[in-house]
Amino acid sequence: MTINQRQDELIVRFSKMENWLEKYKCIIQMGKELPAMDAGYRKDANLIWSCQAMVWVHSEEKDGRLFIRADSDAFITKGLIALVLYVLSGQPVTEIAASSLYFIDEINLKEHLTPNKSNGILAMINGIQTLASEGRLVAASCTI
Amino acid sequence: MNPNEIVCNSIYKDLFKIRSEFPVLHQKINGAPLIYLDNAATTQKPLSVINAIAEYYQCYNSNIHRGVHHLSQKATMAYEESRVKIARFINARHAHEIIFNKGSTDGINMMAYCFNKKYLKKGDVVLISAMEHHANIVPWQIFGQENGVELHAVPIDSSGELNMDAFRSMLDEKVKLVSITYVSNTLGTVNPIKEIIKMAHRQQIPVLLDAAQAIAHTAIDVQELDVDFMVFSGHKMYGPTGIGVLYSKETWLEQMPPHQGGGDMIKEVSFERTTYNRLPYKFEAGTPAISSAIGLGAAVDYLGTIGMHEIAAYEHELTGHLMTSLTEIEELRLIGTAKDHAGAASFVISGHHNSDIGELLNQQGIAVRTGHHCTQPLMKIFNIKGTVRASLALYNTHEEIEDFISGLKNAISILKS
Ligand SMILES: Cc1ncc(COP(=O)(O)O)c(C=O)c1O
Repeated sequence: MTINQRQDELIVRFSKMENWLEKYKCIIQMGKELPAMDAGYRKDANLIWSCQAMVWVHSEEKDGRLFIRADSDAFITKGLIALVLYVLSGQPVTEIAASSLYFIDEINLKEHLTPNKSNGILAMINGIQTLASEGRLVAASCTI
Repeated sequence: MNPNEIVCNSIYKDLFKIRSEFPVLHQKINGAPLIYLDNAATTQKPLSVINAIAEYYQCYNSNIHRGVHHLSQKATMAYEESRVKIARFINARHAHEIIFNKGSTDGINMMAYCFNKKYLKKGDVVLISAMEHHANIVPWQIFGQENGVELHAVPIDSSGELNMDAFRSMLDEKVKLVSITYVSNTLGTVNPIKEIIKMAHRQQIPVLLDAAQAIAHTAIDVQELDVDFMVFSGHKMYGPTGIGVLYSKETWLEQMPPHQGGGDMIKEVSFERTTYNRLPYKFEAGTPAISSAIGLGAAVDYLGTIGMHEIAAYEHELTGHLMTSLTEIEELRLIGTAKDHAGAASFVISGHHNSDIGELLNQQGIAVRTGHHCTQPLMKIFNIKGTVRASLALYNTHEEIEDFISGLKNAISILKS
């Protein structure tokens, strides 16, 4: 599946949910199912977002595709990561760099998220795209 | 909670009216009625405060202390009346012992600059506590460390109470100032301020009190406490942002140099030298936050109509209710269980991130704060990164506490599911 097919799939899936509770439960569930990163990768050099909750990213390129692993110390954030990885991980590097992630708006996620969380997910997407286009990790953080 | 107990409480009779005076409280967040439990960060404002600010801008906006014209005189009078109200509110001996500034942070920074400049030298110590807000740590580092002044922190015990034995032994001849919080914004601990001031004064050491968290919860009489300096913020006592107070005994203010130069604070300026204006103007350079000062006067009036003793009694009951209910949650660890407790309750839920809890509470219309609450050194002592903090105000209700507790249980079960 392409990036956009995956986004569309998520949009359909979330559109069937009635309320915030269902959305959150689904996000938390996805977070729980996302395998934890090896402790060795949870290092400062891999920190892509630091706020109250932190996000670590590690990626490897194989045959022009970027395989991304990421983790967070908070479940909701981890669930959001799972959504992003579902859409982006394993996709061609060039497509990741050029992608536009419209699913976040479409499933009204930003409305539900606190600004820090929503900035976190946007920072993570930017970070992954920078990884894909420039091969370097740019860390972002919030004021707390 | 026994309902009879609630009805007996004097403030409860008026609670409906009181809540009706705070427009912000009456809205839905994510479809649920707002339960505002982030009062330690800032309190909501009653209509009387909002109206006082609006009236100033609509009817007599003008610069103060400068004009002979009607509007300027009116604005000056209102601004100075506010100062008098605040002086009465904390029972200062003189209105000119009230210095208007931006807030507690500004007040401590001013003190760190002025006190340091006048009285401190290499090897001197400023004594703080382990539970201080960054606002009572960093200014001392910025201004003190330039000339080698040391900052020492009195430790606390596991319940979040100040270790008074340690305080006693740390109060040596090198200590030139004790700068300490009255109420901890993170733990809710109420420090034994009377005793602290007495002990310090026995050794001729002045005391600066950070009353940011105390001012809205308890009656403060600066003469009875005999405190030398005190700071607080308007926005944490139902007043506007951008305004706060440094109270200082007159003698100190006369001796200390000003921290800022400019208009209003001078008597006479030439290119060679400047003489300073009388108190309090020596410490109020430039055009102040006039509307906010007037708004703060209205907030003090508002608190006066309810009565600080009534507020303290009601909040004591609310805090008890909150703490007891929290203890009943199994996975919950209270951070800060001091016997004397006010305003805030902090906790962590084992196995769950504070921000997840905060976010799921927000979904239910409940506003709390999560994080380190600008007390990182304190978080290190408890070996945690942060807490979830629920903090109360005079308009909170027992029902809200019940709803908060069930919202919290709900959040935990969602995360566990
Ligand atoms: C104990 C304490 N001191 C100082 C401050 C700083 O107050 P402000 O931000 O209004 O300057 C706060 C604010 O949270 C506080 O809780």
